[in-house]
Order: sequence, then structure tokens, then C-alpha cells
Amino acid sequence: MSSDGGTRRIETGYLARVEGEGAMHVRVRGEEVLDVELRIFEPPRLFEALLRGRALGEAPDITARICGICPVAYQTSACQAMEDALGIEVEGQLRTLRRLIYCGEWIQSHSLHLYMLHAPDFLGYESGFAMARDHREVVERGLRAKKTGNRLIEAIGGRAVHPVNVRVGGFYRAPERRELEPLWAELERCRDEALETVRLVAGLDFPELERDYELVALRSPLEGEYPIDRGRIVSSKGIDVAPAEFDATFEEQHVAHSTALHARVRGRGAYLAGPLARFSLNFDRLSPLAAAAAREAGIGEGCRNPFRSIIVRAVEILYAFDEALRLLDAYQRPDAPAVEFEPRAAVGHGVSEAPRGLLYHRYEIDDAGQIVSAWIVPPTSQNQRSIEDDLREFVAANLALPDEELRYRCEQTIRNYDPCISCSTHFLRLEVERE
Amino acid sequence: MSGERRLFIGIGNPLRGDDAAGLLAARALRVRGTDGVEVRELEGEPVDLIEAWEGAEAVVVADAVASGGEPGEVHRIDAAAGPLPAALAGPSTHALGLAEAVELGRALGRLPRRLVVYGIEGARFEAGAEPGEAVREAAERVAAAALGDLWGDP
Repeated sequence: MSSDGGTRRIETGYLARVEGEGAMHVRVRGEEVLDVELRIFEPPRLFEALLRGRALGEAPDITARICGICPVAYQTSACQAMEDALGIEVEGQLRTLRRLIYCGEWIQSHSLHLYMLHAPDFLGYESGFAMARDHREVVERGLRAKKTGNRLIEAIGGRAVHPVNVRVGGFYRAPERRELEPLWAELERCRDEALETVRLVAGLDFPELERDYELVALRSPLEGEYPIDRGRIVSSKGIDVAPAEFDATFEEQHVAHSTALHARVRGRGAYLAGPLARFSLNFDRLSPLAAAAAREAGIGEGCRNPFRSIIVRAVEILYAFDEALRLLDAYQRPDAPAVEFEPRAAVGHGVSEAPRGLLYHRYEIDDAGQIVSAWIVPPTSQNQRSIEDDLREFVAANLALPDEELRYRCEQTIRNYDPCISCSTHFLRLEVERE
Repeated sequence: MSGERRLFIGIGNPLRGDDAAGLLAARALRVRGTDGVEVRELEGEPVDLIEAWEGAEAVVVADAVASGGEPGEVHRIDAAAGPLPAALAGPSTHALGLAEAVELGRALGRLPRRLVVYGIEGARFEAGAEPGEAVREAAERVAAAALGDLWGDP
């Protein structure tokens, strides 16, 4: 921490690993918070340029590189956008596989966040490893869940990091049923443990912060189908549109302090995507087991406290294990691993529920099957405005804290959103400027 | 013993300039000849790292660092003996990395008996940048040295 006239700065160092540089700047005059700015780097912009002129079949693998934590989300949204453009439908067992591999991603991504990042915040540890010394069983359970999610991705996708078996129209090769069956016992064990985790996190202490977000998530027309791989885009303020209407419903704006774009509902403003939104808009689509666990955990049928997102993630992990077992039980290897297609000039839209929220892709392709333009809207850019709003409210209520403490609590507020390594930010720096 | 698993892990992001240092070392090792060593490329997420080195006898991990040294400078750390130096580990608020993997592994009793970390000093990490020449050369040196760590006497 350094002192320079009226401005105090707190800096954290640089970590080479992290793909997004970010910084947070807070400006305060007396007891008033003048401004909260979050600056993040967004790799999708780079990728949109990279995609132009490439073959349409390359989009899933190229965009999977945007994020090491949620490559399946990028692959799925890319595939579905291309399939929309090509006029083909991927149904039946191929869709089962697509949903199964996506369950694996939810499990591994949510588990990493819940056990290693978020739980330590509530239990008073600086990190997952510090927590491991006192809560070894819980951390081991998290590692087991994540590993099982990875195994599921590997069994269908060929490997866990950047799966190689996904293609437009389906898969390069559909696994035999017997190849997936060895996962059964571990999935069942992890489902039982996931239920324990819902109970564990339900007992944590949460700051009171109820926010009046406009919640935005996908919703499936089918009973008993919680949104993962596809659906219509709905909101708590009445939006109900097909993926093709994303552009007509939302807009991205440049903001002065960031190279990132902020998304908003046209004519309205900030909105919230991700676990809280999915859960609150789709409680009736959870499996009986997951719904009962949520009720028992006290979040009822809706949740607007961002700190309680840890409970929602625990419920979604439970659901993902439950759903994977249901899908696996009914799986039969399809006759063909993919739906074949002929290129045509068209525009296609694809949207799926990445662990952190809506992930929208739009592509224009020409009649030779080359990408003319690409537009990708990741969940974190959709949530950035809401994160800033949360922070503004939080900082205003906690101005009396010393800078170091305030920094930690702000980071915790941001961690509620699980900003992923690649598609959002690493906190380089927090500046609190007191005028 | 020849039946024991020996592993080289290169960590990095291929699209962020010098951040690719660990990946370049992994590729250099493949070109040079792996000599029975398993070579993997990862993104540095700690749980994946712990899973990757499970059951391995000896492990070398190469990663980019930015501790203020000259580009291409190589730091060698015996991670089995103790934590990575703070200057190399870098404090992180949410992104977990190699240092976290090492300490998590240690806390859970899941560290390989022999674990050497090479930190390759980088200078440019912008999106879309190419790795610099000094870093490329350092990656070659690390690949050569790693075989000694993996096969030599402890």
C-alpha cells in the first residue's frame, strides 16, 4: 500500500498465468462513493477476428480455446449457432451426449469455484490449501467431484481440457454405452456427497444483500429439464425470446474506463445471468432430489443474494450429477455420430448456459462454408454492470473499513460471480481514491 | 526404476506472448526426445495439476513468471522442499496457479516425491503477442535440464 497525497493505492502483483488483466478503481469523496469501475480484458474480441475467413467447422475448436474452464460451453454454443445457420437439428442420443458432456463441465467448473475459491471466503481462509489443513475431507470431496466431472468430459470429448471429439452436427465418434458405464459408481457416490455439500454450505453465514436484478437465463419448454445446453432466453421482467432475437433484446456498449463491452437489456439496463438467474427462473425444472435439497437449504424457489450463490452452485452440482445419471441410464449409442450438412450462406445463433451464465454466439457464413463474421458475448461481460452495481452498494456500506480489508471484501463480492480465468479478469489492482 | 512414471508438465497460454514459455519447453522436450518421460501441456489450474502428477515418481513443471528479472532468466526451485518463493508465485485473488497447486498438494499429501519447478522470466504477456527470442531459448535450456532432474540422482 502506498500513500500519495489524497489517493491511497493498494496493489497486488502480477501473475503470469492469468489471461485477463483487470483492475478496480473506487473513487470516494467524504462518505460518498463517486464511482466504481471494473476494468477487464476480454479475449473473445481477439477470437472474433481470428475466426473470420476460417471454415465453419473450425469454430467449436477455436472458440474452446477462449476458456480453459468452460471449453464445452464455447463448443456447444458454436455448434448450435452453426447448426442454426445450416438448418440442421441435433436431437435424440446426440443431444443426450451433448448434455452429458456439458454436465461434466458444470460439475468441474462449479466444484473448482465452490470448494477452492468460494468456501474459503466463508470459512475464513485465504485459499483452498489453507482450508485443506483443517477441512481435509471437504477439500478431498471437491477434488473427487471435479475429477469425476473431468472423467465425464473425457469419456465423451476425448480429453478433459479442450475436448477434441465435438463437431458441428454432433461428434466425431459416439462412445459405446459400455465405455460410459464405468463412470456410474463414481457419479452415484459424488451425487450423494453433493447433497452433503448443499447442507454444509447452507449453514454458512451470509452478508445480507438482496438486489433487484433483472434475471436472465435460458428456459426449456420441457418439463423436468433444467437449462444447460439450450432453450429460450427468458427474464424476470418478461423477456421470452428465441436465441435469434438476442441482438434485438440486448446490446453491448463501450464504456470509457474499459476495453470490454458492457451488455444491457435494450431500453432498460443491467441484468444478471448465471446460477442465481437460472435457479430462480427454473426452480420448477430441477430434478426432485435437487429441488428438495434447495428447499431444505433455505433458498426456497428463488435467490437474489449474490453471496448465497454458493448454495445455488451446490444445488446445480447436485442436479448435474443427478441429470448425468439419468441421461447415462437412457443412453444408447446412436447409428451415426453426427448429422451431416451442406454449407450454405446464412446467419446462425447459438446460446447455452455456461457455468457462469448465458454464452451467445452468432456467425455469418458464406456458401463455401467460410466464416464471414463472428460475435461472441460471454457471461462475464453480461454481468459486469451488475458486478459494479454490487460493488458500489457494498463499498458505500463499508467505507469505514481500512483499504486492505475493503480490498479483500470487494474481491469476495466479485468472487460471487465466479469470474473465470480466461473470459474475465484477474485482479491486478484495486485503487481507492479518497478525495 | 524404469517402471516409475516421470512427468514433464509445461504450463501456459499459447496466445499470450511469453506466457507460452512452459508450453515451448514441453514442445522442445518432444523435439529433443522425451527419453521415456511423459510430456503434458496444461493451463495451470491447480486441481488438474494435482490430478496430473498423481502417482508420478518425479515431476518437472515449467511455467512463465514475471518477477522483474531479465527475459529468459530461468529460476529453478525444488518445490518438494518448500513453498515457491513469493516473488515467483505472485499473489492472486481468485485465479489459482502453480504455487497454489504445490501447497494444496502438500497439505493433502499429494506431492510427488521429487518436484522441480522451472520459472522462465517473461516480459510480454499481451493477447495475441508472439513469445520473445530470449524466452524461446530459455525453454530449450529448461527442456535439456529437465531430463537431468527426472532421471538423475535426487
